[in-house]
Amino acid sequence: MEQKEIELLKLLEKNGRLDNDTISKMLDITPVEVEEMIKKLEQEHAILGYSALVDWSSVYEYEGVAALIDVKVTPVRGVGFDKIASRIYRFPEVKAVYLMSGSYDLSVSVEGKTMMEVSRFVSEKLSTLDTVLSTTTHFILKKYKHDGIIFDEGDDDDKRIMVTP
Amino acid sequence: MSKSYLAEHVKGLQPSGIRKFFDLASKMDNVISLGVGEPDFVTPWNVIEASYHSLEQGYTAYTANAGLLELREEISKYLEETFSVSYNPEDQILVTVGASQAIDVALRTIVNRGDEVIVVEPCFVSYGPAIELAGGVPVSVSATAENEFKVTPQQIESAITPKTKAIVICSPNNPTGAVLSKEELTAIATVVEKHDLVVLSDEIYAELAYDGPATSFASIEGMKEHTIVLSGFSKSFAMTGWRLGFATGPTEIMQAMTKIHQYTIMCAPTMAQHGALEALRNGNDSVREMKTSYQQRRNFVVKALNEMGLSCHLPGGAFYVFPSIKATGYSSEEFAQKLLEEERVAVVPGHVFGESGEGYIRCSYATSIKQLDEAMKRISRFVKQNSKV
Repeated sequence: MEQKEIELLKLLEKNGRLDNDTISKMLDITPVEVEEMIKKLEQEHAILGYSALVDWSSVYEYEGVAALIDVKVTPVRGVGFDKIASRIYRFPEVKAVYLMSGSYDLSVSVEGKTMMEVSRFVSEKLSTLDTVLSTTTHFILKKYKHDGIIFDEGDDDDKRIMVTP
Repeated sequence: MSKSYLAEHVKGLQPSGIRKFFDLASKMDNVISLGVGEPDFVTPWNVIEASYHSLEQGYTAYTANAGLLELREEISKYLEETFSVSYNPEDQILVTVGASQAIDVALRTIVNRGDEVIVVEPCFVSYGPAIELAGGVPVSVSATAENEFKVTPQQIESAITPKTKAIVICSPNNPTGAVLSKEELTAIATVVEKHDLVVLSDEIYAELAYDGPATSFASIEGMKEHTIVLSGFSKSFAMTGWRLGFATGPTEIMQAMTKIHQYTIMCAPTMAQHGALEALRNGNDSVREMKTSYQQRRNFVVKALNEMGLSCHLPGGAFYVFPSIKATGYSSEEFAQKLLEEERVAVVPGHVFGESGEGYIRCSYATSIKQLDEAMKRISRFVKQNSKV
């Protein structure tokens, strides 16, 4: 991949709303080239989507809980962990699934409206799957940082004085 | 009027032109400042954390006068790897309170009363006054826009008199961003050799060169014995407030500098030295990341300025652009003042960096792209409304 494409991906990963005109100036290419580059990266599935990082805890009246679940499974001959992973990641309440090294196999991130809802998902859907051996559910109490963004950072003012030599 | 207690040579010292803009800008709201000569990044966390740790461990006493030997060893390694110049950590490296103190102590070490020191303008505002305070006489040579603000050997040669002792060179340059190539430095070296000058090479922005690595003047053949390299951690590692720099040079000069440093400063702050140690050992990735970001902003700002009719060459380094504002018919000072009043954007008028800076302004792009975008919109509107062409 070209150096400029990597730079573009890094810029968009940090700020998906950066407009093409600004990007073109930053990377010293034309806006048309930026558009084409983005289209190409989308087609190649290097860019899968664009989303906002929302701090739901600051949204009035919003209620929701999130949990990380350690899942131990029995891998299936021929398809390894992939098949069981796909059984799990298709549930809409599942936000992320990773295959892990270490003492368990899959790390599953789940979101729901209440603890009850998440618990029900784990006991009724997840742990009843054939190949799932055990689950350990950790509820998230507070998000400090997500995808490189620090939540709740009240004091991000420029601390420099106005004009310096 | 009562008698003044000020020393004669201090009375004559001119206040920095930057000060005035600071006073003006700091009284206004909603100002976007492109007048800041320092990174917008906070120091990399691993550096801050290492300094915390050193404090927790009780490293709160003085260090050796020249700085922690461990740190000097790292500096030596770093200079060797980055610029292919080797200095002995035992007696050729001095850790200072910022590159600013390094400049001051270097000048006091080599300047006799009345010696002339050539200064290439436009330049950092402190050189001239520091030379005067050391008892020397600053002699200006003007690098011009026609030559992309690069000084030529002929210009230097024409300023040399029997009293010339030294020359101060800064590449990559504050305020113009100009970077002197190895060939250009080699040409200057011929003049230095011929007239047996000392070179004070301010290399504080050496890490921030965008078209290939910057060349250290000390790495030019035969120049190590003539050169005092002045550098530090402020710009490359985003550590301005830590006040930590260093100087390297021939043993005799460095030993004399260390003597002055010992009597006046004792040693650079210990906790900052521990931070710097971590910066050199594990700070490379952070530097690279910041550099990429500066480079993108440089491209953005240069394009935006040229589009609005403020002609601006693409500078090779540092984090400044130095566009011409001559098309507006204003002087640098008028432009900067009106821009601040009408559009709330602070820039530094070029003339404060020397006569040849007149007709230009310095914009620092060490500011978020969002802020830069807004600043460029404001400047563009200002130029449209004020253009006399």
